[in-house]
Amino acid sequence: MLKRTPLFEAHWELGGKLIEFGGWEMPVQYTSIIDEHTTVRKAAGIFDISHMGEIVVSGACAEAFLNHLLTNDARKLSLGQGQYTLMCSETGGTVDDLYVYRLDSQEYLLIVNASRIDADVAWIQEAEEAFDPGDTLKIENVSDRTGAVAVQGPAVAHFIDAVFRGTTRASQLTKNQIGTFRMGSIEARVSRTGYTGEDGFEVVACSEDILKIWNALIEAGRPHGIKPAGLGARDTLRTEVCYPLYGHELDEETGPVEAGLGFFVAYDKGDFIGRAALLRKKESGASRKLVAFKSLEKSAPPRPGYTVWNQRDGGEQIGTICSGTLSPSLGIGIGMAYIRPGDAGIDKTLYFEVRGRRSPVLTAKKPLYRKQVDQS
Amino acid sequence: MKDMANVPSDLKYSKSHEWVRLSGDTATVGVTDHAQHELTDVVFVELPAKGRKVSAGEACAVVESVKTASDIYSPIGGEIVEVNERLAAEPGLVNSSPYEAGWLFKLQLSEASEIQALLTPEAYRAQVGT
Repeated sequence: MLKRTPLFEAHWELGGKLIEFGGWEMPVQYTSIIDEHTTVRKAAGIFDISHMGEIVVSGACAEAFLNHLLTNDARKLSLGQGQYTLMCSETGGTVDDLYVYRLDSQEYLLIVNASRIDADVAWIQEAEEAFDPGDTLKIENVSDRTGAVAVQGPAVAHFIDAVFRGTTRASQLTKNQIGTFRMGSIEARVSRTGYTGEDGFEVVACSEDILKIWNALIEAGRPHGIKPAGLGARDTLRTEVCYPLYGHELDEETGPVEAGLGFFVAYDKGDFIGRAALLRKKESGASRKLVAFKSLEKSAPPRPGYTVWNQRDGGEQIGTICSGTLSPSLGIGIGMAYIRPGDAGIDKTLYFEVRGRRSPVLTAKKPLYRKQVDQS
Repeated sequence: MKDMANVPSDLKYSKSHEWVRLSGDTATVGVTDHAQHELTDVVFVELPAKGRKVSAGEACAVVESVKTASDIYSPIGGEIVEVNERLAAEPGLVNSSPYEAGWLFKLQLSEASEIQALLTPEAYRAQVGT
């Protein structure tokens, strides 16, 4: 039985086309992936992200524990600040990639992937038992009683303050900052984050309040052209800006060294789970590297699983596509692939194979798309 | 909340959501309005080579949306005599005009009796529930 979010009825009423995603029944689109994608790039879109997991870690040694558990340096987080980070295994693979926010001096909120909630909780509990024999830390999985929405796009900062009230304005949050706001009697955490490459906010609240927040954001965003957007657009948007998706760019065998996410690994912070393996891979070189690419010819869209070759005819298979799509913003095929390190780098011509035919792509610097400067 | 799919009365249909327009011993084939709605935004169409002989039920074209690639099956057997070249530059015609500008290919029938096995508009309407 697939799980449903508190917004399931709303998706149904809006005509959402429902699919399975990580054990959840979620809208892939409402009207058209291309239209929803373009609306987020030009105006505003709202996504249900209630399927994602929320885990609260609190206690006197919370900071030290998170620095042992995660790759990024939690000591850099001032109150109300968040960071992208990874949870690695001892072999340097990825248990999950996530956002961690410092809510209070000894309290942190972890936002994790929907498909990884159970694996993450088990992993964190096991690590906690080893790290904290006195059991002073509290690990609380609040995913089932928490809902969340992402409201993304250049117009969002113009209407977010009409919905939320606080000691400061939500529109004054800086990148990766989180704050507590109110909508009437409802309390919500609002952060300036997202997964689209546009300006925007993510809102986390109690499950029973999230529909009211969803409706209020749609109402406030209506004059600005807001539309509900599904997982299809979420995927094309994140692929254009080359954000990793667990199960595609990252998995238990694939970590930040292969994925080019070394920026989020603080090797100098002291020991943490996976550090030795990550350092070894970094120094000896990973066995495969992630590259981003753009199609050079009109062709069938690149898709996950397609093989990558070094020549149009013959030659050798040098890798596999992990994410690929037609880019609605660029109008061409784009994607990311894991390839042999010797063939990695930018401005190289590679070929992906679909139905026995090879099509050329050019590797390019990440991101493949940059948000347009807001002129308003 | 879905729009009712358009099922023209002058065409024949397959269970796999292709339509057939007969003109003498030539058949024009495309995908139905219901199918284009389910496929969503078509961004690429791969058509069979002219001269290829296909049998009824054989996969011979691919229609790709942002999210998926879907095989298209020839509803009847024959030789491909023409393909819709416009779809290379304008794949979205499959969505905007599934029964006219968005046709896929034309075949010269090899076995005219196969037409009897196709669905009537009434039968197809019943299948897609409109």
